[in-house]
This record gives sequence, C-alpha cells and structure tokens, in this order.
Amino acid sequence: MVSASPHVHDGRTVAGIMKLVVLALAPATLFSFYIFGLAAVRVVGVSILSAVVFEALFQRIAGRPVRIGDWSAVLTGLLLALNLPATAPWWLVVVGAFFAIVIAKQLYGGLGYNPFNPALVGRVVLLLSFPVQMTAGWVAPSRWGMDAVTTATPLTRLREALLETGSVEGFAMTRDQVLDLVIGNRAGCLGETSVILLLIGGVFLIAKKVISWHIPVAFIASVWIFAGIAHLADPSRFVDASFHVITGGLFIGALYMATDYVTSPLAKRGMLIFGAGCGIITMVIRLFGAYPEGVSFAILLMNAATPLIDRYTKPTVFGAVKRAAAS
Amino acid sequence: MMGRFFGGVHPDYNKDLSRGKPIETMPVPGRLVVYLSQNLGAPSKAVVKKGDAVLKGQVIAESGGFVSTPVHAPVSGVVAAIDTFPHPVGTDLPAIVIEPDGNDRWADGCDVERDVDALSSAEIRDLVHDGGLVGMGGATFPTHVKLSPPPEKPIDVLVLNGAECEPYLSADHRMMVEHAEEILDGAALFARVIEVGRVIVGIEKNKPDAIAAMRERAAGREGFEVAALDVVYPQGAEKQLIFAVTGRRVPAGGLPMDVGVLVQNVATCRAAREAVRFNRPLIERVLTVTGRAIAEPKNLLVRVGTPFEDIVAFCGGMSGETGKIISGGPMMGVSQYSLAAAVTKGTSGIVLLRRDEVAQFVSDACIRCGRCVEACPMRLDPSTLSILVERMRFDDAGETGVNDCMECGCCAYVCPSRRPLVQHFRRAKAELRAKARKAG
Repeated sequence: MVSASPHVHDGRTVAGIMKLVVLALAPATLFSFYIFGLAAVRVVGVSILSAVVFEALFQRIAGRPVRIGDWSAVLTGLLLALNLPATAPWWLVVVGAFFAIVIAKQLYGGLGYNPFNPALVGRVVLLLSFPVQMTAGWVAPSRWGMDAVTTATPLTRLREALLETGSVEGFAMTRDQVLDLVIGNRAGCLGETSVILLLIGGVFLIAKKVISWHIPVAFIASVWIFAGIAHLADPSRFVDASFHVITGGLFIGALYMATDYVTSPLAKRGMLIFGAGCGIITMVIRLFGAYPEGVSFAILLMNAATPLIDRYTKPTVFGAVKRAAAS
Repeated sequence: MMGRFFGGVHPDYNKDLSRGKPIETMPVPGRLVVYLSQNLGAPSKAVVKKGDAVLKGQVIAESGGFVSTPVHAPVSGVVAAIDTFPHPVGTDLPAIVIEPDGNDRWADGCDVERDVDALSSAEIRDLVHDGGLVGMGGATFPTHVKLSPPPEKPIDVLVLNGAECEPYLSADHRMMVEHAEEILDGAALFARVIEVGRVIVGIEKNKPDAIAAMRERAAGREGFEVAALDVVYPQGAEKQLIFAVTGRRVPAGGLPMDVGVLVQNVATCRAAREAVRFNRPLIERVLTVTGRAIAEPKNLLVRVGTPFEDIVAFCGGMSGETGKIISGGPMMGVSQYSLAAAVTKGTSGIVLLRRDEVAQFVSDACIRCGRCVEACPMRLDPSTLSILVERMRFDDAGETGVNDCMECGCCAYVCPSRRPLVQHFRRAKAELRAKARKAG
C-alpha cells in the first residue's frame, strides 16, 4: 500500500475522544438517574436519540456522509440532557436537540465548523423560548418517587431572596449544606448538581489528555476571584465566593462545555484567556444580570470570541522571534 | 544543554527488532540500479553509455551544478542500460544499470591512502565533492555545499547527528557502536575544513552503548564531546538538534550557519573519512531492514544501487502479509509501490509493516483539538494551515509559516481526524514555489 508519511499513528480517533468524554460524564449521569428517577432517564434517552436521528437525517438529506459513528451527536445529546431539568417534556427535549444538531452544528457545516457549542445553543434557545418549562419545574431530589416536589435551585433562591429583602443574609452555608451541594443533593439541571462527580470525570479527562486544565481552572478560578472580591466589597449583597463555585452549572460548564475543542481556542494561552472570560461573564450575569445563572451565556459569548483569541495567541514559529530581533 | 525542544511526539520506537544486530555486509547483487538523482539539488549527468565497462569507484555521472555531486560505479562491470526505474521517492527516474563482472575491481587511484595532514581545507572540500558525499541521514544534501559557508557566517560548532530519532531504524546506532573511531576521524576532517574547535555528538539516550562507544573514542580528542539527548521525535531534525545541544535557535527560514553551527550525520562523517583518506568514493552505505513483515531484520552494508527486492530476499523474504514497504523511517519515509526501487545514498532503512499494522482511516474535518499545535516542533499551527490549504489560500498559508514546516509528521501522527496534514503542507509549499518561479 502506498500513502503519504507519516506511516504510523498514535491511534487516537475522534470517536475514541468522544467516547472518553461520554464515559467521564457517566457518573454524573447515573447520579441524575438516582436523584431524579425515571424522569431523568427519559430526558437523557430522548435527547441522545433525537440528536443522533437529527444528525443522520440531516447528513443524508444534505448528501453528506453519515458520520454518527463519530459519537459527536451522542455527546451533544447527552450534554443537552444534562443541561435540562428532569421535568422537561419530551417535545422540549426534541426541539432542543433539533436546534443543537441541525441549526447550531450541521447548518454551519457539521463537526468542526460550528462556531458555538451545539448543546449550549439548544439549551439557551429553550431557555429563552420556553422559560416556564425550563425553569418553573425544578424538582427536589426525589429518588424514584413519582411525587416530585417543585422547588428552586440554590441560585434562584439566592436571587429571590435578594429581590425580596435586598440582602443575602441567611445564605451563609452550614457544613451540611456545603456537603449537599458538593454531592449534588439539590435541585438543578440533570447533570449539574454533583460537583464531586463532575470533578472526578474532569480529572479523568485531564489524565487521559483529552482536555487540558487550562480552561476549567481559569474559568473556576475567575468565578471564585470575582465572587470573592464582590463578597468582600459588600457581604450583605454578595454571598461567599464558594457558594458561586459549587452551585449552578459551573462545573459541568467549565469541564465539559467550555472545553469543547471546536468552539474553544487552540493554544494554551488562548485557553486561559477563554476560561477567564467565561468566568467573568458568568459572574457579571449572576450578580448584575436578569438570569440567576450565567454559565451558558458566558460560554456562548466566549465561543464568539474564539477566532479573535486564536489570532492573538497563536504560537510563534520556532526561531521567528530571533529573526525579528536581528532584522 | 537543554536536552530537548518544544513539541514532538513519542511514537513506538520498535528499535528492538534490529538494534542488536551487528552490521552485516550484503553480497553484490546481480544487477545494480544507480540513479542519477542521488542528491538534493540538480541530478548528475551520465558520462558513460550502454556497453561501457566500468571499474568500482569510477565516475559514471558528474555533478549537474554546484548543488550536485558526482556518482560513482559501485562495482566493476558493464553498463547494461540507461533508462528510467522506480526511484524510492515515488516516481520513475533515470538510472545507470550495471551488471557486475564478478571482479569487484577498484578504478586506478581509488582505495589508496593519502596523507590527510598534508591536505589544505580547499583540498579536503574538493575531495568531499569528488567523493560524491551527501547527507546520509536521508536528506542527501551535497556535503561540500555545507562545507562552503559564506565568510560572513562564521561557524564555531560542528554538531554530529547521531540522534536517529526515526522509529525502527538502527543503522546509525550500529555505526556508532562499531565504527566510532572512523566517524570521529571524518568529523575531525570537517572540523578542519570549517575551522571549528568544538564538536558535539548528539545521541538519543535510548542508545546507551552508542553513547558509551562514542564517549570513549571522543575522550582523547580535544574539543569533542557527546551529548545524551531526550528520546523524543524529531530529536534528529536539524533545528531541534541544534537547540537541544547548544540552546541556539536557528531563525525561521534560516540555516544552521546563521547561528554558527554545521550539522553532519554520523554516517556522512564516516563516508568522508573513506573518501578523503582512502580515496574510496561513496558507493555503499549502512541501512536497516526491519519491521514485523520481514523474516529477519538486519543492519546491512549494501552497495548503492542494490534493488530492494534483493535486500528483502537476503533478509529471508517477507513473513506474513505485508501491508506497506517504506523507504526510510515510518515518520518521514516514502511508501513504495515497487520493490524494484534501489538503494540511494540517502536510503537509511527499509521498513516492512504488516497489513494489520497499516490502518486505513477516512480523514475527517478538523475538530480543533489542538493536539497538532502541541506536537509541532516548529511551533506552527497545523490546524489552521491545513484549513487554509483546503480553501486553496496558499498565500495565507505562506504567511502563516507553512514554509517552516519540515514535514516531520508529528501533527499527522497525533491527529484524531486523520487529516493528511503533511500532504497539505507539501502541496502548499509546491504551490508557493511554483508561484515564486512564475514571478521570478
């Protein structure tokens, strides 16, 4: 057989990478089944199935090779599901998958060409179009019981308290509350609740060199620093920084959404800027915006900045600095 | 000593197959195919015709220009044909076919020892040219050209390239173990020509016996040292090697002489000793025949012009189903469509991969994972470059540094989308060259 060099390869494939990310998300996904019951199983199933079907259908209609075997649609479907409440009706999930796969990904040319994270586009379209279905139906962890109790996410409760009383007093966390938040025993989207399980998956991905630490660390650190400064400035209006770090969708966003290859910068330096930008925008939205949570918006906005960041952070060709200095 | 450079990859080295095998001399085959293209630059011009009798070491083709070298008969015999033959680079190219007469007799004046101490720099340089010396690491750049730096680029370090970073290959390794003294003799000649006092041999740490042998022989020579280098591909690439052993950065688009360095492959050094001291022109070389699809991997001393098929037969033939035959190493070598191709001065190895080791993949869109950016030892952005090539934006690719690509293949080695990155960059460079010629 004749082909161009190199004639050997390290063996990693796109499908292999996607599968590793799915595997990394498995603990958080299984935990969502445990705390939200069959409702969560249903959302995950419908989301993955419709994402894959939309991808295959579109590729067939567009005359492109059907590449559902690359697992990218599976991952998008899973990430979308993990960003939805367990009470999301089936049609809402299907609409979200349609926007994620068809509008945000395939219309831009498919895998590799989409400027925005598909799963996040799906989620944000639903958030803006169907706010009632997306946010009114938070359920408290109910195990397999069917009598779900409607409640609010920690960030929503924080915002409501601030609006009603003008103060965040009473949000100082006890150790048990912190533990509940870290373990994930709270209301929220399917996959965002368990900080510890998301972190385990994230460390696995870093160890497997699927992602690097740059984006997640820059993201989480900037949220923590921003929130910390705000808290120091006015403790009555702004809660403890740790609260912002362990609530909301920060961990799933920082580890699994912001690190999406296609929509984040190529170079390490760019990744740090990207992550920090995500963190700052998240906190601006959380503290001063109209939504209790800002992770999704922050990542999408930074996705838009990725080409610009790439342009200013691309590596300097070996020896180029010296030449510039010499000439 | 830095020990390593930016980027690079760690492919499976697979050197165990052959590194323990001492260099074996292969008998002269029944027919030798000596290409006129034995060096980078202009092909040589044939000075013999069909039916001529030739002697070993006799010039059969002379330099086609300054950046060119003469070609010598590797054996005594008769010119049986001058025609085109499959060349390891992948196309058919003109060659002089010699049928040996069985005497293997040297031409007059060859194989005679000279008093090297009496030679001037210019004389040594001329002998290097007359001996047909080229870079034997694979690039085949004419050696005398490298030995003629312009006066405004003084050279103070000679670096010997003993890294041999390509997976599978062990020819240089064996050469250093078995012929350390001769390599250093040759290097000393080069050092005299360019008047440098410092010679550094760079060897990857996975060849401890070669490092030991070279250290032992270098110990008695003033200004000689041996640097043990990290095992990372492409440690033997000129700019990376220079950075690893001297910390100097060759400017982008520049040459080693811009930072006062001359690099010579260890095999070239030994060939220089043969040519200058013994008047034996470059008519044979050591190469590695290896891979899991060859019955018996070997390190062989073969005549230039020996057909690959004879070499494969000498190594016991192929074992199992062969998927790919590569001239050179698996990272930068050229896969062969015909075993009729023959050894050139730059053939460092023949690697035979089994069918199950040759995976075929459909290339896909770039997912911007950044692995190529991390792997590129030239700090290029292969991802962006390859997309520019796909869109035929060759000028933009040029501005983004595609000409600094040395085609080491690190990017394609790690690309999960199996994009043909090196092919993209070769194409862009070819387009840019064509354009420059038109403008020029």
